[in-house]
Amino acid sequence: MSAPAVIVDRLNVSFGTSHVVRDVSFEVAEGESYGIVGESGSGKSTVLRVLAGLNRAWSGALTIFGKAQPKVRDKAFHRAVQMVFQDPYGSLHPKKTLDDALAEPLAIHSIGDAERRIARALSDVGLPSAFRYRYPHQLSGGQRQRVAIARALVLEPTLFLLDEPTSALDVSIQAEVLNLLQALRQERKLTYVLVSHDLAVVGHMCERLMVMQHGQCVEEMSAATLSARKPETAYAQALLVASEGFRRQA
Amino acid sequence: MSDAVTPLLEVGNLKVNFHTPTGIVRAVRGLSFSLGRERLGIVGESGSGKSMTGRAILDLIPYPGEVLADRMLFRGEDLQTMPKAARRKLRGRRISMVMQDPKFSLNPVMTVGDQIAEAYRVHHRANAREARERTLAMLEAVQIREPERVYALYPHEVSGGMGQRVMIAMMLIAEPDILIADEPTSALDVTVQLQVLKILDDLVTSRGMGLIFISHDLHLVQSFCDRVIVMYGGKAMETMPALELADPSAMSRRHPYTLGLLGCLPELSNPKAKLSTLTRDPEWLA
Ligand SMILES: Nc1ncnc2c1ncn2[C@@H]1O[C@H](COP(=O)(O)OP(=O)(O)OP(=O)(O)O)[C@@H](O)[C@H]1O
Ligand SMILES: Nc1ncnc2c1ncn2[C@@H]1O[C@H](COP(=O)(O)OP(=O)(O)OP(=O)(O)O)[C@@H](O)[C@H]1O
Ligand SMILES: [Mg+2]
Ligand SMILES: [Mg+2]
Repeated sequence: MSAPAVIVDRLNVSFGTSHVVRDVSFEVAEGESYGIVGESGSGKSTVLRVLAGLNRAWSGALTIFGKAQPKVRDKAFHRAVQMVFQDPYGSLHPKKTLDDALAEPLAIHSIGDAERRIARALSDVGLPSAFRYRYPHQLSGGQRQRVAIARALVLEPTLFLLDEPTSALDVSIQAEVLNLLQALRQERKLTYVLVSHDLAVVGHMCERLMVMQHGQCVEEMSAATLSARKPETAYAQALLVASEGFRRQA
Repeated sequence: MSDAVTPLLEVGNLKVNFHTPTGIVRAVRGLSFSLGRERLGIVGESGSGKSMTGRAILDLIPYPGEVLADRMLFRGEDLQTMPKAARRKLRGRRISMVMQDPKFSLNPVMTVGDQIAEAYRVHHRANAREARERTLAMLEAVQIREPERVYALYPHEVSGGMGQRVMIAMMLIAEPDILIADEPTSALDVTVQLQVLKILDDLVTSRGMGLIFISHDLHLVQSFCDRVIVMYGGKAMETMPALELADPSAMSRRHPYTLGLLGCLPELSNPKAKLSTLTRDPEWLA
C-alpha cells in the first residue's frame, strides 16, 4: 500500500469570530476519489481551498504526497494540484478569450507545446475548437464550467480538487465530464477530492465520502454504504431522503 | 377576458439571435408557451437557450443579441410595444429573474444585506429600519443561519449556496407576479434545496405567482413542477405534465431527446461503470 496522497489532521479554519471548519480529519489514498457532501455553508469549499493553498488562515496538519504542507506552497505544488471552482463565472477573466485562459497556466509554468495541449483539453471537455476565441460572456453557464475544467486539465495535475464540477452542467455534459474524469483517473493515476451535493454523482465517482455539517465531519462512509442507503447519522439519512425529490404535503 | 383565464405570460415564436463576426448564433429558435399560476419547468442541455428565453422576457438580452417574437404578452399587455420605461418598471417588481450565477449578479462592493434592503426600498415605501427588518426576515425564510452575520457579508464572503439564497431573497422581496428562476438551487445541498423550493411552492399556491423553473435536475423538475418544456438547440422538443418524466408507461410517448437525457443520469441504486451519453440527431432541429 502506498502512502496516502492527502492526510488532513485536525484542520481548523476561522474567519474573524466564525469558526467554519472544526477539527476535520481525513485521508485520501493515492488514486482514490474521495467525496465531500453536506450542508450548504458547512465548510466544504473552505476545506478544498486549504488543500489548494488558497487559504492561509488555518491550523492543523496537512500532508500532501508525503510532504507536510506549509501555508505558502511552491510553484511545483501549484502545477501538481489543480482546483476547479464552484463558481464558473468568477473563475474566468471576463476580458480573456478561452485561448488566453488556457494558454496562461501553460505560460506561467513554462510548458511548451501549448497549441496541441489546448486543442486536446478543449476536445476532452467537448467544446468545439471554434469556441477558442470566444469570451466568457459569450458562453452558457455549462460551457464556462467546461472551460474551467479544461484549464485545470492542461497542466496534467496529479491531485484534482473539484468543487461542484458538474452542478452547472446539464445531465448529458455531466455524464461526459464524469466519464472523462473517471477515464483520466484510471489512465493517469490521478487522485480526486470531489465536493458535490448530488449524492448520485458522489456515489458514482467516489470510493469513500465524508458528510459535513456545521463545519464538522459528521460521518465518513463507503460508497457502498451510501448506495445501500445505510448511513448511521440522522443528518446523512436526511440527505438521502431529500435527494429523492420534492414532496408536496397534501 | 377575466383574470382567471388570461395567462400571466404568453410567448409566441420567440427568437433570440446574436450577430457575431463569425455568423449568427441562433440561441432561441421559435419558442412558444404560456404560463399560468403554475410551476413551469424548462430543462434541456447546456446552450439550449434556457437562460436566453428568461432574459428575453425581461428585455435583458445583451448586445449584440436581438429578440424577435410574434407575441409576448404579460397579463394580456404587449411587452414589445410597451414604452421602455414601463417595461423597466415591470422588471424586478412584477417579473423577476434569479440569475444563474448569483455572485456575478451581485454588487461586489456592497454587503448582501444592504443589496436586498435596497431592492425592497426600490419597490416599497419603507424606511431603512423597516427594510433591514424585512431583509433579515427574508434571509431567515430562505434558511440562512445567522441572518445578522450574513447581512453584513460581502458577496465573496458567502458560500455558493448562500449566494443563491441571497439572490432568491432579493427577487422575492418585491413579491413579483412572475418569477423566472434560473438554476436557483443548483448550489444548495439537498435538504436546504427542498426548503427553498417549499417557499417558491407556497408563493405559487397562496399568492398565485407564476414560476418558470429552469433546471438541469430532471428528478427535481419532475417532482416539483406542473409542466415541463424540454429544449434542445433553442427549440422545444416537447411539453408535458412533469409527472410523466418518471412514468414508465408514458415513456413510449417521450421524445428521443428526453429519453436520452434521462438515460445520462447516475443512479445511486444502480451503479454503472460508465454513464450513457447522448447521441444527437440533426433531424430534431429540422
Ligand atoms: N472570506 C470569507 N469571509 C468570511 N466568511 C467566509 C469567507 N469565506 C467563507 N466564509 C464562511 O465560511 C462558511 C463556510 O463556507 P464554504 O464556502 O466553505 O461552505 P460550503 O460548504 O462550500 O457551502 P456551499 O455548499 O453553499 O458552497 C460560510 O459560513 C461562509 O460564510
Ligand atoms: N453574447 C453571445 N454571443 C454569441 N452567442 C451567445 C452569446 N450569449 C449566449 N450565446 C449562445 O447562446 C446559446 C444559448 O445560451 P443560454 O445561456 O440560453 O444557454 P442555457 O440553455 O441557459 O445553457 P446552460 O444550461 O449551460 O446555462 C449558447 O449556445 C451560447 O453560447
Ligand atoms: Mg461551496
Ligand atoms: Mg443558462
